[in-house]
Amino acid sequence: MSFMKKSPWVIHYDGSSCNGCDIEVLACLTPLYDIERFGIVNTGNPKHADIFLVTGAVNAQNVPVVRQIYSQMPEPKVVVAVGACAASGGVFHDCYNIIGGVDKAIPVDVYVPGCAARPQAIIDGVVQGLAVLEAKRKLLAEGKLEELEQKDQLPPLPPQTHVKEDQA
Amino acid sequence: MSELMNNLLFGIAYLILAPVVGGLLAGCDRIITARMQRRVGPPLLQPFYDVLKLTEKQEIAVNLIQDFYVGGFLLFVMISGIFFFTRGDILLVVFTLTLASVCLIVAAYSSNSPYSQIGAERELIQTMSYEPMLLMVAIGFYLATGTFSLSEIMHGHAAGIIFLPGVFLGLVYILGIKFRKSPFDLAMSHHAHQELIKGTVTEFSGKTLAMVEVAHWYENIFLLGFVYLFFVWSAGWSILLGLLACAVVFFFEILVDNCCSRIKWQALLKSTWLVSLVAGFINLLILMYMR
Repeated sequence: MSFMKKSPWVIHYDGSSCNGCDIEVLACLTPLYDIERFGIVNTGNPKHADIFLVTGAVNAQNVPVVRQIYSQMPEPKVVVAVGACAASGGVFHDCYNIIGGVDKAIPVDVYVPGCAARPQAIIDGVVQGLAVLEAKRKLLAEGKLEELEQKDQLPPLPPQTHVKEDQA
Repeated sequence: MSELMNNLLFGIAYLILAPVVGGLLAGCDRIITARMQRRVGPPLLQPFYDVLKLTEKQEIAVNLIQDFYVGGFLLFVMISGIFFFTRGDILLVVFTLTLASVCLIVAAYSSNSPYSQIGAERELIQTMSYEPMLLMVAIGFYLATGTFSLSEIMHGHAAGIIFLPGVFLGLVYILGIKFRKSPFDLAMSHHAHQELIKGTVTEFSGKTLAMVEVAHWYENIFLLGFVYLFFVWSAGWSILLGLLACAVVFFFEILVDNCCSRIKWQALLKSTWLVSLVAGFINLLILMYMR
């Protein structure tokens, strides 16, 4: 019997979010939504976390931060991109400093749409992430750590340009 | 001979049952905390799910020595619990417990992470704060009953609380530190105070963290044993009184946990030593005078 799905610990990182999605993530912890019912805890420590919630797009400055947090998480791990900006850059996609969605920096497993994403949608995203987490746990339990690490490999670092090519 | 067998049975029962009861207690703690915050809270068995999940995670250790020290922490907590439940010497219990917390501190110091280093320093300050009071508990029982032996303390003429009300107050005060409850959760907390990330346990993950958690359950059980000690004497029904006192103290710690924010280390050190001095030491002085 696996306990991975019964106790997913979450780490939340704010990329260049407008704080709309962050507040919705924190709303999940409040008495109204109370995600601790599902054993979900907000850890704040990547080494204890199973699920990485990222809000906001990645920009030139936080790419290394996002990648480092992701690398510090022990397997099995899942990334949930929360909100339109985390999915594609959203309304900020054209800004000079924005590189794009979270998937430009780290492999993303679940995308939660919305601007801002609703707490219900975030919880649903985490629950969808649990299925991925369980599949990854099975791989780890079968001793296929290398295959798993291959799967969760960091994509090549995007060119850290502060001015886009078409603007140059 | 039969008493020896009895004590051995108690020791084995402690080894097997303490993590079960300790985990259930942690589950109750989380549900009561949630209810105090008008939340539903996790299932009762959530702490077990958490620990079992941690054993399923990939093992990442920043260095090889870390697991050894954390193992030492677990081992010495178990040993001090065995000394307690086989009704050995109360001084031995106190000293072995100190050794256990030293193991945890060294484990936290073993990595270069600044969070874990600050956590270790704060853990040292916490140890400095509660240690005098813990010793006073042992000395208090010696003055009240004339022995350090737990089996004789448990079969005294009257409950320890009658002679040692001040020492009991001091013990309840420092229990907040040992249970890692607010306002004394400086080094490590189960709640989301994140200025320290996770303090002492920042660099532990997977099975290592699970070991810390299980050690914490063991520790909680026999710390409640100290509370129990104040309320038992030769009368049989005093066992119920002792268990009731444990429940009340545990609930009180949860209540305080939910009412308080974290305090600074200066306030921690000053207040615990003040309480130890005023409540504990004066109590001891009076006992010495009475003898």
